[in-house]
Amino acid sequence: MIEKILFKYGKRMYFKDALLRQAQRQFRDTATNAKIDTNNPSFLGIQTVFTGELRIIDEQCYDPLPIFRILHSSHEHVQLPEDFKLDENTLIKMYRKMVTLNIMDKILYESQRQGRISFYMTGTGEEAIQIGSAAAVTLEDVIYAQYREAGVLLWRGHSVADFMNQCYGNCKDASKGRQMPVHYGSKKLNFVTISSPLTTQLPQAVGTAYALKRSKKNTCAICYFGEGAASEGDAHAAFNFAATLECPIIFICRNNGYAISTPTREQFKGDGIAARGPAYGIPTIRVDGNDVLAMYYATKVARECCTRSEKPFLIEAMTYRIGHHSTSDDSTAYRSSDEIAYWTRYMPIIRYRSYLESVGLWCEQRDIELKKHVKTSVLLAFTEAEKERKACWKELFTDVYRTMPKHISKQMYSMEKHVAEFHKHYPLHFFKQA
Amino acid sequence: MFSSAVRRVVRRSFSTSKWSGAQQMTVRDALNSALDEEMERDEKVFLLGEEVALYDGAYKVSRGLWKKYGDKRVIDTPITEAGFAGIAVGAAMAGLRPVCEFMTFNFSMQAIDQIINSAAKTFYMSAGRVNVPIVFRGPNGAAAGVAAQHSQCFGAWYSHCPGLKVVSPYNSEDAKGLLKAAIRDPDPIVVLENEILYGVQYPMSDEALSKDFVLPIGKAKIERVGKHVTLVAHSKAVEQALEAANELAGKGIEAEVINLRSLRPLDIDTIVQSIVKTNHCLTVEQGWPHCGIGAEISARISESEAFYHLDAPVIRVTGVDTPMPYTKSLEIAALPQMSDVVFAVNKVLGLQ
Repeated sequence: MIEKILFKYGKRMYFKDALLRQAQRQFRDTATNAKIDTNNPSFLGIQTVFTGELRIIDEQCYDPLPIFRILHSSHEHVQLPEDFKLDENTLIKMYRKMVTLNIMDKILYESQRQGRISFYMTGTGEEAIQIGSAAAVTLEDVIYAQYREAGVLLWRGHSVADFMNQCYGNCKDASKGRQMPVHYGSKKLNFVTISSPLTTQLPQAVGTAYALKRSKKNTCAICYFGEGAASEGDAHAAFNFAATLECPIIFICRNNGYAISTPTREQFKGDGIAARGPAYGIPTIRVDGNDVLAMYYATKVARECCTRSEKPFLIEAMTYRIGHHSTSDDSTAYRSSDEIAYWTRYMPIIRYRSYLESVGLWCEQRDIELKKHVKTSVLLAFTEAEKERKACWKELFTDVYRTMPKHISKQMYSMEKHVAEFHKHYPLHFFKQA
Repeated sequence: MFSSAVRRVVRRSFSTSKWSGAQQMTVRDALNSALDEEMERDEKVFLLGEEVALYDGAYKVSRGLWKKYGDKRVIDTPITEAGFAGIAVGAAMAGLRPVCEFMTFNFSMQAIDQIINSAAKTFYMSAGRVNVPIVFRGPNGAAAGVAAQHSQCFGAWYSHCPGLKVVSPYNSEDAKGLLKAAIRDPDPIVVLENEILYGVQYPMSDEALSKDFVLPIGKAKIERVGKHVTLVAHSKAVEQALEAANELAGKGIEAEVINLRSLRPLDIDTIVQSIVKTNHCLTVEQGWPHCGIGAEISARISESEAFYHLDAPVIRVTGVDTPMPYTKSLEIAALPQMSDVVFAVNKVLGLQ
């Protein structure tokens, strides 16, 4: 499963599990117990191999990293790995969550277009990465997401109403309406609040992984990011720190082809993000992110490896962003609608549904019922959230510091007096009472 | 020998705290004992940064800690400020209490996004659910002969931001008491130390030597009582203010010297009370004038009732508004000296 490519004298050699571990062990031994050899010094930190042949290593020297997948276009050949254990209920639950995410996205996207919420970001076409990976980890594991991982939170138990309340920033929103829509967070579900500046979550997730390692709870951090975010300096810092500090973290890169409008061919050269993993000393898998079962299995293997060895793991999940970057973007300005139509055929939901039907777990009738049910419940939660009042206006002053400092309490007191005197001029009924 | 004895006597006369028989301690050792005591007190406290472990810290502030607490509590990191600041933020979010050392605060600009966008704002953005108990510390301001990129004061930069607390200790008691308070605090705190002061000895009271010694964050200290003019300073500038006060005392001018200790929250009450008594105020700092600490104090005075007690405008004595020159003579000219403070006081009092 886990393949690492080593190059030796220009030959292409693939080492699988056992062989790989042996090679790694030998490398460690030579690095730490370098023998004194007057003719051939052993350089620090690398495996020293001398050659008389001057060779330039470039990406042509080795095959591209293969993409792991389970669901082929034709379901006759689907063969699940031997230790693939998911019961029927979980398989169906995965499909239901993917559909829920998709429908919720559509409704919230439309509501932004109608001016009901200020902003939204969809995960259309990327449902498999979120649901597949989320199903493979535990609630004790800590999630650091970017902004396109609502599905992960949905899988962990965030209700549709929770999502709606956050997008509306009403008084039931756990973040008190302080964040832009889609910047979800849940302490209960170990899902760290989304940060807008790109890639800050990577080093932070490594720090959390370090804390988890110290706690000896046998858990890990899971950190999501896009291939565009991987260009930030923070990504380098995070990979290198995770490797050198040996932190249990799974980096999941959603390579969806575009960073807002910048296509991957302008984002990086070389063999994607996965090729960077071995260079940092991080075991890596490239997986078909449109295949929910492959995503589940790859994450499961990564988690086992990660918690067992207390070391980092990198997954590059290949997918395509069918939706626009956000509601502030119109992607037809930089890509053709033919391209979008092409990838729509490979939508993970379609592929997974067809697999479930082929094994007799799903049918047209159930699909219609599910979609109808989800739509009704999302719309209901949506209407409820819209009717809800805003958080108490006093929340404007809280949570800057654990104990409110004098200069802030003075401001709050002065506003209290002002509101008491001029309450008739303010729409106080829109706000929750203190 | 003689001159050092004089210096000591002079320094003692500056301090309002009890000095008789007090033990001397360098600021470096005071910081070191603060770290040691807090690491011993709380398992969750750990130190990370460049060279902090095996090498004992670039300025030896973490001397002996790696030997005592090992790899898990004192961590040498690769050279990426944004990386280890981010790791510290993540570790704090997960419940640890990291102390993040910048080799100097000049390098913290590489990590300023993590400090402001993540450390300072997370408690508010998470609606009080996730606090970030973290200390960012290291030498700040001008050292000597290290030119523009290593001689900058970040007092104004960090104290601009709500969510952060900023302390700027002057002597050994300040350093120990404020760092210990910062480590125990639930909010993110920037501790701005001064490289030149690291090696200077100051008296430590019995109280300050105790393991329970912490200073309140947000409270200034009156270093010297006076009635004619108020000098407000922080960090190394407190020294110039005290020297100037000593000089002025010879001419019958009694200056009250306020050591701010905290830049945010700013103890404006102590400043106001002093001005009510002295009717004159100057600020002294090594940082730049534009949008600086002195500018903030001056504005806050104008907005308070102290304004009506002033007999002259508030004057700022600051570093000059230019990147720090490398040349020694120009470096001295670029920083506020005792004579600059004396000159400015005379001007404010209308004596020249």
